[in-house]
Amino acid sequence: MKCSKLKDNFITMLFWASGVIIFLLLCCFLFMILSEGLPVLSLDFIFGRPEEMLEGGGIGPEIFNTFYILLLSMLITIPIGLGAGIYLAEYAKDNIITRVIKLSVECLASVPSIVFGLFGMIVFVVKFKMGFSILGGAAALSLLNLPVMVRVTEQAITSVPNIYKEASYALGTTKWQTIYSVILPIALPNIITGINLIAGRAIGESAVLIYTAGTSISRVFPQFNPMAAGETLSVHLWYVKAIGLIPDADRVSAGTAAMLIVIILIFNMVIKLINKYIKRNFEGV
Amino acid sequence: MESKIIRGKNTYLTFKNVKTAKEIEKIIKMLLTACAIFMIIVIFSIITFVSKQGLETFKMVSPIEYFTSSYWSPFEEQFGILTFIKGTLLLTGLSTLIGGVLGVGCAIFISKFAPKFIKNILRFTVEIFVGIPSVVYGYIGLTVVVPLIRRIFSNSVGFGILPASLILSVMIMPTVITISEDSINSVDISFEEASYALGATKIQTIFGVILPCAFPGIISSIILAMARALGETMAVQMVIGNTPQLANSLLEPTSSLTTAIVMDIANTEFGSTWNNALFMMATVLLVISIIFILFARKLNRRSMR
Repeated sequence: MKCSKLKDNFITMLFWASGVIIFLLLCCFLFMILSEGLPVLSLDFIFGRPEEMLEGGGIGPEIFNTFYILLLSMLITIPIGLGAGIYLAEYAKDNIITRVIKLSVECLASVPSIVFGLFGMIVFVVKFKMGFSILGGAAALSLLNLPVMVRVTEQAITSVPNIYKEASYALGTTKWQTIYSVILPIALPNIITGINLIAGRAIGESAVLIYTAGTSISRVFPQFNPMAAGETLSVHLWYVKAIGLIPDADRVSAGTAAMLIVIILIFNMVIKLINKYIKRNFEGV
Repeated sequence: MESKIIRGKNTYLTFKNVKTAKEIEKIIKMLLTACAIFMIIVIFSIITFVSKQGLETFKMVSPIEYFTSSYWSPFEEQFGILTFIKGTLLLTGLSTLIGGVLGVGCAIFISKFAPKFIKNILRFTVEIFVGIPSVVYGYIGLTVVVPLIRRIFSNSVGFGILPASLILSVMIMPTVITISEDSINSVDISFEEASYALGATKIQTIFGVILPCAFPGIISSIILAMARALGETMAVQMVIGNTPQLANSLLEPTSSLTTAIVMDIANTEFGSTWNNALFMMATVLLVISIIFILFARKLNRRSMR
């Protein structure tokens, strides 16, 4: 009896330990990145141009490209993902086509990001002869994010209670009117959480972009032409640290890593606030 | 409140516009169907484009040599990818082991032991872990883990499978935690109560009742984590060392499928045998991860029943 009590306590301690380890790991990670990187983040660094061979380069164009590619890829992912998600949740009948669509979404979700990169390279760089371009990168990136968007939308919509739908139909609305004006607003907070997730992934993704958007930046800044090559922050971090030739690679990579983490943290916070606002205004029913 | 929920301008149908409403309905249904069909088109074109390019390899190299030789020297026309396959398998196995144990432990902790505020802290921690980009994980591996290993094992350069799988195990942990926690939470509370009523302790209940019930969900979380570890490129590339040689220990530089692709594709001309061999590696990755996903799907369906 006493022995089993001891064993119980020991195992309970192990579970506590696993929780504590994970929390401490995150603290260590953030501390190491931010303590090294934050001192580097001067205005000159944030808005300056990167150098290929010399010291003292900045990351201005990379920050711009990151958000430009994020925006373009979201413009592709969100409408198509929403559409497919709504279809699966509300329109799809239980037949073989629906099953194939669901299977495709799941398979797409499992495709490694480097394979999306190679696919993007074949299609945009080689077949369409676009070369490395912001548009090609954004398109490949949006394919990577599509399955997540579809799944999130589908789940958000199916979790809306049926009473709302029935009440709306009872008022004589058509199916689309019900979806547009009743179901989507209720499902919105969950959909926005999903968009937050894929936006975070889009900011941090690099394997897709190296061989679609390239590792160089254009001579003009800001470059709005989507056909120009555009290196993003994550690609820059990889390039500088793993391949690059600049002498102050440690400084630039520390700063870039800190910048990425800061962007991700701010992003998380802003989306949380938006969600709170929406919840307060639409879910008080 | 109603005005906020029903915001559409044409929410109420009048007799006059029933016909247009019906037409709009039809067009929208078509658009939505097109979006859904697009998903099928994407996955099929990825599979065909990548594998078609990959299969070109076998015009020059025999498949048997390709898969069973570990001699990779493109300049001598030697394309054996066994080294990379072994690297990938070792990496995936090791990181799943570490990340899986820690992740499942943490999932049980969150759902059964942690007080509410610790629960919230840990959920937030997991969210941040998901958000950290893979290059940043690689950066930490390169600046922290590799020097650390170099200091502990003085005869090693620090690069290799071990640092890569340590970093990977942290990267895949969020997947394990979130999905396992869901499946642990979905075990019916009456089972737990019945177990307590029989005089079982909390630990006995967890190992004897809850975990067996949640088992399919936990396994599918681990398979999904494996799929992620299998396909991870950048973080691994930064710490594995990138030499196409078979590693005799976990602390020697080697390569995996993904890192070989990302390192070499820039040096090769599209359509050359070397390039095609890399596309074939991508095909192998694609096939393995699709098999994983089908397996996880089957398990999930069984647990639903």
